[in-house]
Amino acid sequence: MKSSRRLALAALVAAVGLIGCGQQDAGNTAGEGIVQIGSVAPLTGPQAHLGKDNDNGAQLAVDEINAAGLKLGGKPLRLQLVSEDDQADPRTATIIAQKLVDGGVAGVIGHLNSGATIPASKIYHDAGIPQISPSATAIAYTAQGFKTAFRVMTNDEQQGKALGQYAVAKLGAKQIAIIDDRTAYGQGLADEFEKAAKAAGAEIVAHEFTSDRSTDFLAILTSIKAKHPQLLFYGGMDAQAGPMAKQMQQLGLNVQLLGGDGVETAEFVKLAGTDAEGVVASSPGLPLASMPGGTAFKEKFTARYGQIQTYAPYAYDAVYVMVEAMRRADSAEPGNYLAELPKTDYQGVTGHIRFDAKGDVAGGSVTLYQAKSGTWQVLETVH
Amino acid sequence: MDILTQQLINGLVLGSVYALVALGYTMVYGILELINFAHGEITMMGAMVALAVIGALVGAGVDLPGVVIALFGLLAAIPVCMALGFAIERVAYRPLRHAPRLAPLITAIGMSIVLQNVAMLIWGRQYISFPPILPQGRHQLLGATITDVQIAILCTSVILMAALVTLVKRTRLGRAMRATAQAPQIAGLMGVNVNTIISLTFVLGSALAAVAGFMVSAYYGLAHYYMGFMLGLKAFSAAVLGGIGNLAGAMLGGLLLGVIESLGAGYIGDLTGGFLGSHYQDVFAFFVLILVLVLRPSGLLGERVVERA
Repeated sequence: MKSSRRLALAALVAAVGLIGCGQQDAGNTAGEGIVQIGSVAPLTGPQAHLGKDNDNGAQLAVDEINAAGLKLGGKPLRLQLVSEDDQADPRTATIIAQKLVDGGVAGVIGHLNSGATIPASKIYHDAGIPQISPSATAIAYTAQGFKTAFRVMTNDEQQGKALGQYAVAKLGAKQIAIIDDRTAYGQGLADEFEKAAKAAGAEIVAHEFTSDRSTDFLAILTSIKAKHPQLLFYGGMDAQAGPMAKQMQQLGLNVQLLGGDGVETAEFVKLAGTDAEGVVASSPGLPLASMPGGTAFKEKFTARYGQIQTYAPYAYDAVYVMVEAMRRADSAEPGNYLAELPKTDYQGVTGHIRFDAKGDVAGGSVTLYQAKSGTWQVLETVH
Repeated sequence: MDILTQQLINGLVLGSVYALVALGYTMVYGILELINFAHGEITMMGAMVALAVIGALVGAGVDLPGVVIALFGLLAAIPVCMALGFAIERVAYRPLRHAPRLAPLITAIGMSIVLQNVAMLIWGRQYISFPPILPQGRHQLLGATITDVQIAILCTSVILMAALVTLVKRTRLGRAMRATAQAPQIAGLMGVNVNTIISLTFVLGSALAAVAGFMVSAYYGLAHYYMGFMLGLKAFSAAVLGGIGNLAGAMLGGLLLGVIESLGAGYIGDLTGGFLGSHYQDVFAFFVLILVLVLRPSGLLGERVVERA
């Protein structure tokens, strides 16, 4: 008994030692021509499926760039993706951001959630490290005036406006109920939606709240049902929208459910099952099949990682946009290539990417989808 | 539709699940004065195993009624969770039984993280959906809607709780459990095998957790490796609210917490004129918990425990 314990202890010490060495190695090689790029998304927790999707998208781009043999300043460029998990939590996000800055990354792809991206962006800004978020849509992210903050996805203002107008003009809703998940994303989208729907002449009969960890919405749905809306808008993610669609049926609340890009995922259709039928949701940008490089990307991605969740093509493009700027500056030093980022003019998988003065993608479009017999089908694209 | 009745039904169904999980916390605390933080994760494991079996059966095209397939899933989950509960006690708690109280608390949290990550490695980060095999019938009750699944959850919980109370109060095993809870050393001197009783407590609690996990995934139509955390936290609060260590207290606490949450989320916005919204539903529930603990520190039904000699 005693000897086995001693053995276990020795193994533990050895393991800890190895981990220590591993980290040291990474630090050393970083100086020798390897350029590290951070990729931050929730890799654990309720949104881990979306986080891993982003991370895979970025990894795919990194591997392709490494294989292509790009040269910077005469030396071959070796990219290394440093994947970090921010748990979709604003506090963890800042810790991870500081860790990446201290680790000397040349740039950051991320974060996934607006709520995590916004506090982290201050840390990257202070350190002068460029950050491109593939999926943070909250207006506040680029409204802070940080020269280091970019995104390759349409923001909530454009999306919320499109959704609000669509709800009133096309779906004919006069009384509307809203639920949001109180995250920077869900709340931001719901507020923009509310503004646009009111402007189009609808009445908001209820605005209820939940969280991005809930699965039980019966209480708020019951209270909404008593107010007889014709449409329910949800600002939040698929993991909540799925059970929500089911519970609406369960309560006999037969109204149109409308959501944003957090709902327009394969996961939602799977979770809501037959109750997904008829749900309308939007997604910034073009549908994958209509993206310039969408089909090719889908083939490459699914061959390696399986089904695309949502934002993987954006993470993929974000890496390319960053590396393109490095190539033009002929340097991976943040101080050198940061000035090249606003001049981006890149034909990516998701579309033509150019940035406006704030760092938002210029001329974004929003596409509306409806769930029909288990898949999302395109309704229309609003420019 | 009667809104109040509907909210009460919502709350009671939610609360009966909390109560079932809370029983696991309270049983272990009653005997070991240990808070088994891994209990929420055992619930999650129950849901995952049940769903894996159900998914495999449905995928293989087994031609059985949906309820039977679901029962197969449940019957697979119960022994797995029982074995898990047994193993956790042996590995993480028994070696530390005479250690300071903080040590097993830390291993409990450690076990909970290990289980979460094991589930993530086995089943991945995706949500796993419950196939639509259960009856979807809806019934009208006093102007509110109640579904077949909700009725099944309420009935199963009540039956299981009654069975557990009978076991503890009426059988030899139950007497041995109560004796171990009161004074483990004396119970040992009287011929009770304390280790066996403690193992059995964990196994029983884990079986209840398996049923609860299965019911939660059937109710919400999904399972996820992370689902045990919040459920465990709520159930633990329910156990504390009712008086931890007290079986009836755990049930009362669970039901009460469910109803308070439901009513809080449903009415708080209208009552405060929109000043406080439904996102305060948890705040509301925990505020009640604080209030109860200030007025009755040992919980609603908890008795003042005399310090052990």
